[in-house]
Amino acid sequence: MPEIRNYTMNFGPQHPAAHGVLRLVLELDGEVIERADPHIGLLHRATEKLAESKPFNQSVPYMDRLDYVSMMCNEHAYVMAVEKLLGIEAPIRAQYIRVMFDEITRILNHLMWIGAHGLDIGAMTMFLYAFREREDLMDCYESVSGARMHAAYYRPGGVYRDLPTVMPQYQPSRWRNQKEVDRINGDRQGSLLDFIERFTERFPKCVDEYETLLTDNRIWKQRTVGIGVVSPEQAMQLGFSGPMLRGSGIAWDLRKKQPYEVYDKVDFDIPIGVNGDCYDRYLVRMEEMRQSNRIIKQCIDWLRANSGPVMLGEHKITPPKREAMKGDMEALIHHFKLFSEGYCIPAGEVYSAVEHPKGEFGIYLVSDGANKPYRLKIRAPGFPHLAAMDAMARGHMLADVVAIIGTMDIVFGEIDR
Amino acid sequence: MLDTLYELFELGKILFFILLITVPLLVSVAYLTYAERKVIGYIQVRMGPNRVGPKGLLQPIADAVKLMFKEIIIPTSSDRFLFIIAPVLAIAPALAAWAVVPFSDGVVLADINVGLIYILAMTSIGVYGIILAGWASNSKYAFLGAMRSAAQVVAYEIAMGFTLVGVLMSAGSLNLSEIVLAQQGSLLHWYWLPLFPLFIVYFISAVAETNRAPFDVAEGESEIVAGFHVEYSGMLFAVFFLAEYANMILVSALAALMFLGGWLSPFQGTFLEPLFAFIPGMVWFVLKTGFFLFLFLWFRATFPRYRYDQIMRLGWKVFIPVTLVWIILVGIAVMADIPPWFA
Repeated sequence: MPEIRNYTMNFGPQHPAAHGVLRLVLELDGEVIERADPHIGLLHRATEKLAESKPFNQSVPYMDRLDYVSMMCNEHAYVMAVEKLLGIEAPIRAQYIRVMFDEITRILNHLMWIGAHGLDIGAMTMFLYAFREREDLMDCYESVSGARMHAAYYRPGGVYRDLPTVMPQYQPSRWRNQKEVDRINGDRQGSLLDFIERFTERFPKCVDEYETLLTDNRIWKQRTVGIGVVSPEQAMQLGFSGPMLRGSGIAWDLRKKQPYEVYDKVDFDIPIGVNGDCYDRYLVRMEEMRQSNRIIKQCIDWLRANSGPVMLGEHKITPPKREAMKGDMEALIHHFKLFSEGYCIPAGEVYSAVEHPKGEFGIYLVSDGANKPYRLKIRAPGFPHLAAMDAMARGHMLADVVAIIGTMDIVFGEIDR
Repeated sequence: MLDTLYELFELGKILFFILLITVPLLVSVAYLTYAERKVIGYIQVRMGPNRVGPKGLLQPIADAVKLMFKEIIIPTSSDRFLFIIAPVLAIAPALAAWAVVPFSDGVVLADINVGLIYILAMTSIGVYGIILAGWASNSKYAFLGAMRSAAQVVAYEIAMGFTLVGVLMSAGSLNLSEIVLAQQGSLLHWYWLPLFPLFIVYFISAVAETNRAPFDVAEGESEIVAGFHVEYSGMLFAVFFLAEYANMILVSALAALMFLGGWLSPFQGTFLEPLFAFIPGMVWFVLKTGFFLFLFLWFRATFPRYRYDQIMRLGWKVFIPVTLVWIILVGIAVMADIPPWFA
């Protein structure tokens, strides 16, 4: 008699729900998962090793490319690590700008997540709705840094430049007539802050719209309630952080517990779940988007009322003004030294972590006194989440694996690094 | 000699009528894909196809031409014969079922008295195409899709069959034309009202039968990639596609016939009836079918996908009991001759 063997299935890396390059080896009994074995490394780019061979400032753009849907938060952790080792602090205005863009990034990330999660479970319209709003936030990125995704906007000592007073405008084309161009340019007449403010007014209604599609939808609930349940103890043992941990009912948020920048000066709540299933994590993230919106509003109010420098004036670390360079030899030397050799950091080590949209994103930086890091270790929140795949998926069905991948909010840029 | 000539003439006539049904049907399939992309596009605040031809109207033609020129890849480990026969098995019943569909009063290819049974038989054969495709591909994803499809179709076939039983009990006939004529009177005489639960169950089962969202687990884009037709390419894939859409149109047409009075004018029995008398019955029939087709697209844009076991539960534990209870009630109503429907 032939031996009865379980079905082994290769889920990915070429799979519409693999969120990039996840390779999941599934052992199936019928459609029930017996074992889920995630394989990683298909997007490994040696970011940590690359950082060891360049001056500190030049690693900032690499950070964008880790979790490529929450770019500025990655930069934030790195920039904070460098600042801690140097013993400097960014000007207060830069801190507010950073907090504002961290929250914009959180909304960007969560919109991407709700779109992909919805698409995985079959609600494909969510994806398009989420991308409609993402487009506006991408424009914020673009107007402030010139790049829609890989901004490299945060720098040790502040942010690259102050918020622009004009927004770029659309031009009429073969596909867009003047009337339509006027409509999309309507919100872009004022400064970037005006644009963001109008977004914050509009956005809660958009979240309501997503919730009408999903929150009380019977199918959505059937697909998420009771799926991938993680108890609070288990969540801690598995090293969860961010919404995955809060979804299980633990009120842990670095913005509250270890406030960095000006998070202690803004008012917001951290939502937590009760059951620790996919549905609770969904609700937590939806509420986080509203809370982020709240923080952005407060930052806008502060930024409108207070002006000031956004970068330290210490030109060993930050580049001098362009005009100064034209006439001042000192400035020219500073510029040349900064962009060729960089700066040296006193020997020491530091761990700095931010509440990244996906969880605790940490940078462990060791300096031996040179102008490059001796070692850079990235603590990616997605890694422990993905490692829990087997624990979460076992006993569920094939279709639930997709829901669990969605709820983990996996991005391979950070997991594979 | 004359007899053979006459028979040949009759045969030619039937062939002509078949063409008269099939060609517009295939054209509507093509434009249903266009409508789907446009409707879902607008629901999702985007434009849909608008590059090929005016307003993108030639898009289905471009798609067809592209698919025809694609290579048909037959996996080496597949069962060649079954692999090729499967799409044929899927589309043949989807087209054949149209033989008994009355488009207007008396406009029907085969006016047979077992029309309803014939339709049930034809739609049941369609699933063999899917199962064979999944089996013959010799691929794990395709196989899972085929298994899901088989289980799903069996469950919903029963629920659908029972709703049809309710209809035939009310109309007292299996002939589709007679079922429509039995609904004469007014909008309230149509069977959607007395058979409301059956109507709902029928339409949901119809969505499930055609493997459309939110019951599209057999294809389950994000789970099993494309399900049963994952290994198909070119025209063989297109045939599956045609079959799916032809089936959608078929079940929508049946819903219109059995519950919304087919070609009957919705203004029957009101003072508006003479005003709209100039509109041929076929127009009403097409409009009603179109309404159901629109629902298909609307569902797809709105709902997440069910999980496979949840679909089973819905079919066996909800729909079948509901239909059974309602059939008994209808039976009592028919025996008691309750007007206006069952008198």
